[in-house]
Amino acid sequence: MLKKVNAVPLSEPGQSTRPAPPHALATGWQGAPYPAVVLDHDGVLLVANDAAEALLPFGPPEWLTSARSDGGRVPGEIDHRSFEAHPVPHDDGAATWWLVEDTDTRLALDALRVERKRAALLGDASAALLASLNIDRCTEVAARLAAEHLADAALVIAPPVRRQCSTVVCLRGQEPVHHALRVDPAAVPGLSEALQGFPPVPSRWIDPASAPEWLRPEGFGEIGSMVVTPLPGLGVAAGALVLLRHAGQPAFSEEEEIFARLYAARAGAAMSAARMFAQQASITDTLMRELLPPRLSQVAGVEFAGRYRPAQDTERIGGDFYDVHPAADEESLAVLGDVCGKGLEAAVLTGKIRTTLRALLPGADNHDRVLNQLNDTLLDPVSTRFATLVLASARREGAGVRLRVSCAGHPAPLVVRADGQVEQVSSQGTLVGVMPKVRTTTAQITLGPGETCLLFTDGITEARGGPLGEEMFGEDRLRRALADCVGMPADAIVEHVQMLAAHWLGARDHDDMAVVAITAPRGRHLTAVGGHSRGRFTA
Amino acid sequence: MTPQDRADRLWAAVSARDEFEAEEVVLGAVEAGVDPETVLLEVIGAVQRRVGQEWAANRLSVAGEHAATAINERVVSALVLSLPRVRPTRAKVAVACVDGEWHALPARLVAEVLRLRGFRVDYLGAQVPTAHLITHLHRTGPDAVALSSSIATRLPTAHATITACQAAGAPVIAGGAAFGPEGRYALLLGAQAWAPDARSAADRLATPLPLPRLGHQAIDDLPHLADQEYTMVSRTSALLVKAVYTGLEDRLPEMGGYTEEQRQRTAEDLAHIVDFLTTALYIGDEGLFTGFLAWTADILAARSVPARVLLPALELLAAELRDFPRATALLEQSAAVLSTDPDPAPATGSRPAPQAQHLPGATTT
Repeated sequence: MLKKVNAVPLSEPGQSTRPAPPHALATGWQGAPYPAVVLDHDGVLLVANDAAEALLPFGPPEWLTSARSDGGRVPGEIDHRSFEAHPVPHDDGAATWWLVEDTDTRLALDALRVERKRAALLGDASAALLASLNIDRCTEVAARLAAEHLADAALVIAPPVRRQCSTVVCLRGQEPVHHALRVDPAAVPGLSEALQGFPPVPSRWIDPASAPEWLRPEGFGEIGSMVVTPLPGLGVAAGALVLLRHAGQPAFSEEEEIFARLYAARAGAAMSAARMFAQQASITDTLMRELLPPRLSQVAGVEFAGRYRPAQDTERIGGDFYDVHPAADEESLAVLGDVCGKGLEAAVLTGKIRTTLRALLPGADNHDRVLNQLNDTLLDPVSTRFATLVLASARREGAGVRLRVSCAGHPAPLVVRADGQVEQVSSQGTLVGVMPKVRTTTAQITLGPGETCLLFTDGITEARGGPLGEEMFGEDRLRRALADCVGMPADAIVEHVQMLAAHWLGARDHDDMAVVAITAPRGRHLTAVGGHSRGRFTA
Repeated sequence: MTPQDRADRLWAAVSARDEFEAEEVVLGAVEAGVDPETVLLEVIGAVQRRVGQEWAANRLSVAGEHAATAINERVVSALVLSLPRVRPTRAKVAVACVDGEWHALPARLVAEVLRLRGFRVDYLGAQVPTAHLITHLHRTGPDAVALSSSIATRLPTAHATITACQAAGAPVIAGGAAFGPEGRYALLLGAQAWAPDARSAADRLATPLPLPRLGHQAIDDLPHLADQEYTMVSRTSALLVKAVYTGLEDRLPEMGGYTEEQRQRTAEDLAHIVDFLTTALYIGDEGLFTGFLAWTADILAARSVPARVLLPALELLAAELRDFPRATALLEQSAAVLSTDPDPAPATGSRPAPQAQHLPGATTT
């Protein structure tokens, strides 16, 4: 029972102008909707209003009677409800304490904190999961985050491929480990459905005692609880997530299961995207392989080197191409060309031309015939597909190299002589793929040791830039640059030319740029054949 | 024979462009029992450093440098092919140069050292557009990217590349002279690690690099970029070069008699100054610009040309950039250093682009 305390008598009328003390029996106070008590300096209850009497039938709690009235609000619990006591100090050391219940606020704040934490986790998880389009990395991240935030350990199981499931296991605080397992998912209740993504299933409990051995991570110890959650992907199942807790830990609550599903949705989408990317990239690679410029090296005693830079930095192929075809009679055929258009479509056309030229190789000693046969295949009344081309047949003769060069609508190659002279090859001809007949002249050149013939496309000479901006790189500048390249290996020359053009361009747009160098090896030996062995001496 | 002796022999062969002799030196070293890592770094690497020094001191042309490097590249290939293959058992590392970087050999040496030590290495080389590098990272998911850059003006691109690698979930170890003394720019640009040479890179990669921070924004590394000075100055750099060039023509009548090639070289020199200025604005490090000017002054001093010939260009630049407080402060400071110090200390640190023999006055002595 609440102690009944005599109220302090009202001051007599006229004696004082002081306001009535708060514990005066004002009806407003007595009937106020908030509980209020007056405690003296020692925390002894002096008076309580109606609401307080109802709330505190056994007197004020210890946390209130021991609270300091000059220290601001004091939180505490009454009857499993949460309150804040607001003190209003009196002159005599007593204080009126208004009790304001904040149970709902606190519950809301607690819920908010949990939700915020989860939202932050989902946000971080999404960022981490989406960072990599690599399926292995993505799966590792999915397992690691789950083991850190949802359970003591997590397994991510991918849908079986040829009856093999690739899984990633992660114990909390450890590195994820990959396994490829030949297992039967049907042996685990709910796992097959989760892996197929059909029929739709919620998370499913597994009895740890009946779980197969492969579901028990090595070194985990006794399993307390285990739950399987599907990883729904982007329209295709991405796999299943198995969460494990140690024995003695509380099992997964319903809320935790719901949250695990939210997490699984994100992880599944990221893994699906990664798998699709891998498939697409592998297709692109296979198709692209034939279109990539080849790696050139030494053929039959003649050095070849090529460098290619496509117009679009995001692509690896474009409308310029080159090839070197070794021939049985020791005369190799180098081809460099430029088709109309840019980008992938142009690259596809280069692929057709390269294939056609390969088929025409048996008669390749006759440039005019090759060009006209190619012309016939390109001529098409519907679409205009044309190309400029330069053919160079190279044969080692003694220490030098004999060249036959034919241009078809293409910039004439330049020859770097041992004395630093740079000469233009005197061959010219018409485009391929426009007129019924291609007309070209073939130039005969002999390269001495260390001399180079450089084939290039107009992407080099027409590169716009320079220190002042809009100037063309131009053939004169290319000639001056080549004059510095006397005696350089073919590799170094093509690299040098591409670098100068790249510096000239800076960050500006450009066309496809290709260069091929044909060099007579200098000095006393034939450089390593194919660049791989120690080489052989010339006589 | 010490590695140094072999390096001297290799240098002689490379200088003579004698590929055969170069190969003999290197394969001979391995046959004589020299550890392949030592051959790579203390014979071939030493020669490549010397190539860099000769070039920086203007004793070797860019074409000459290319010729020497091409021979060194082939020698590395020959060496690697002569060795038994090491079965990769350790972390997967992608080794690449920053886009626009043409010095591939340092990265190649890192790649080969990592291979010798059993790392799984993808060597992408130079001229790898960042987009390709990122696609490669998604496809292969390496444990780390080793990123090489030798020229400081590639730092803004390096920053974009580092950020992109990290966004793709791959931590980055940076290396090369561009990243400054003690690699200070590498850490500034958010790289997880920096290594001064191939051996320390391999040592560092023996323990996993920390994973990239989530939600990291590139601008957090360099908050000063918010003032947009870098953006505005770099966007107008060609116009700036033109304006300064025209200003120099007005001031210095002797430029009227320049040949076409001299004019181009002068414009290129100015473009380099502007490049380094914009890079310093990007990084927010004045030492990068003053260091470059000190190096330039050093080259000029070697030709008995006073560094003061750079002053008119700096003044004209300052006039063009008067609305940009950070650029103005940088130029004032550099001008003060150049006009008071007749013999500035040689620049250490990053490798500047070769230039400055063509500024007005520089060719007159």
